[in-house]
Amino acid sequence: MNFKATVITNVEVSPGYFRLRLTAPQFFVTASTPGQFVMVRVSASIDPLLRRPFGIFDVGVMATEYPDVQQPFLDILYRVVGKGTAMLAGFHHGDQLEVLGPLGKGFGAGDAAEDKILVGGGVGLAPLYYLARELVKESRVHLFAGGRGRDDVLCITEFERLGVETYVSTDDGTLGERGLVTEVLERYLGNGTSAKTIYACGPFPMLRAVAEIAGRTGISCQVSLEAYMACGVGACLGCVVKGRNHAEVTPDYRCVCKDGPVFDYTELSWEQRL
Amino acid sequence: MNTPDLSVEIAGIKLRNPVMTASGTFGYGAEFARYMDLESIGAIITKGLSLRPKAGNATPRIVETPGGMLNAIGLQNVGIDAFIADKVPFLRTISTPVIVNVYGNTLEEYGELAGRLDRIPEVAGLEVNISCPNVKQGGIVFGTDPAAAYEVVKMVRDATIKPVIVKLSPNVTDVVVMANACADAGADALSLINTLTGMAIDLAKRKPVLANITGGLSGPAIKPVALRMVWQVARAVQLPIIGIGGIMSATDALEFMLAGATAVQVGTANFLDPTAAQTIARDMERYLVEQGIADVKELIGALRS
Repeated sequence: MNFKATVITNVEVSPGYFRLRLTAPQFFVTASTPGQFVMVRVSASIDPLLRRPFGIFDVGVMATEYPDVQQPFLDILYRVVGKGTAMLAGFHHGDQLEVLGPLGKGFGAGDAAEDKILVGGGVGLAPLYYLARELVKESRVHLFAGGRGRDDVLCITEFERLGVETYVSTDDGTLGERGLVTEVLERYLGNGTSAKTIYACGPFPMLRAVAEIAGRTGISCQVSLEAYMACGVGACLGCVVKGRNHAEVTPDYRCVCKDGPVFDYTELSWEQRL
Repeated sequence: MNTPDLSVEIAGIKLRNPVMTASGTFGYGAEFARYMDLESIGAIITKGLSLRPKAGNATPRIVETPGGMLNAIGLQNVGIDAFIADKVPFLRTISTPVIVNVYGNTLEEYGELAGRLDRIPEVAGLEVNISCPNVKQGGIVFGTDPAAAYEVVKMVRDATIKPVIVKLSPNVTDVVVMANACADAGADALSLINTLTGMAIDLAKRKPVLANITGGLSGPAIKPVALRMVWQVARAVQLPIIGIGGIMSATDALEFMLAGATAVQVGTANFLDPTAAQTIARDMERYLVEQGIADVKELIGALRS
């Protein structure tokens, strides 16, 4: 559904990264699942023209200044990368924008009894928070969070507050271990685990490395992809990725917006560059 | 006042209002069913269809530009067999006319495709794509050479009794020459414009942004060009015209009608807002009510000089 949302808060949680809380209809809170996304129109004018896709960081219902009124909300976590997100960073309490969603196919829940592993790179942590909040109800959750530096590893305390066990790594060693998140993951798995599912979101090379680890260890793995898209509903075909069986004569393109953004890693071709 | 009459007719296809959805921006209709009332618009034009499934281009396929976007999808589509098996059953459930945009690599492919679609009752008409800028073979070749355009339209004309609309490219020196060639070959209507060929460059990488290097520009940025071409063709050719190019509002749509269009197609706007076509149709009706205009057809070509 398409709805007008009002900004509740728009807070810079780390240099260049913002957490935006918007009003949402109750329907949105009820209907959305972890891993789904929204398309946000940051300007009513024609520049920028297109909406911007953002994974859902959290949804819920919050108290208001009126004791009898509860406000359903939607949170997104975004990095300022271009014109659209720079404009978004300028939004204040009370400003309005248009939101389309929830869109796409989210994460599958997996077996409640097993431990769950989450792997997030940079702003790829965004959809994993909503997922973790659901998973901790029934499973032990281990988060592997990576980024270039300390400013790029976001909201770790929020995960810890959920009871998630966290492992942090950075490329430059300014927070947690120095190195790649997938190296930390691999070492962890080498010590043995009861986890049977990995959920990952982040840059494509990170996802490829996670998929490779999943393939080698036999642990199932769901990845959430990011892509440029115009419509978010499967019409423009701008956001496609190659599926496992892709060939020129028998095309197997999947829309990130509609067939994803979450895919089982075996559904995709990992040869492609994204 | 009474409810104004928004209905128009294009080559025998009766439209409840002049708003159609442009090919490639509205999937096969079903994608938008949960966001808008498909019965609220004049017609749906489906994603460009070819005989065999087509993979399309590598990614990145789209990039935003000021007031517009470039796309180089490369006519990715399911092919006619899957269209008939998977898409037609849904189209049967709606009363809004469905026009199928068709594309071939060769003259013969256009003919064969038109012949097969001729036998499908759910297809109200064909829109012949002779103007896709993003595929190496065919497409643009047929769209920029009047003799080749004549041949392909003739081929489709002879293969079907359904209404034949030809979608014209703006990437020509004189669009009227192309329009006349299509009219001579037996086209029932003309739609224009398709996208303008463009390019975007990433300075930091010193590379083109699109994998295809060039792409088709659409959106509000192209509206003035489209209006001019619709006006030129409307003055020169007797066929009904469908105006396309950056239509975001009822105001835009009505301007195209003044320029000579009988109907319009909404394209890029569907990406920004999946309810755009419905909203535009509703706002056109409101305009007629406000202005006391009984029939939208009064506005076709009603530009004052």
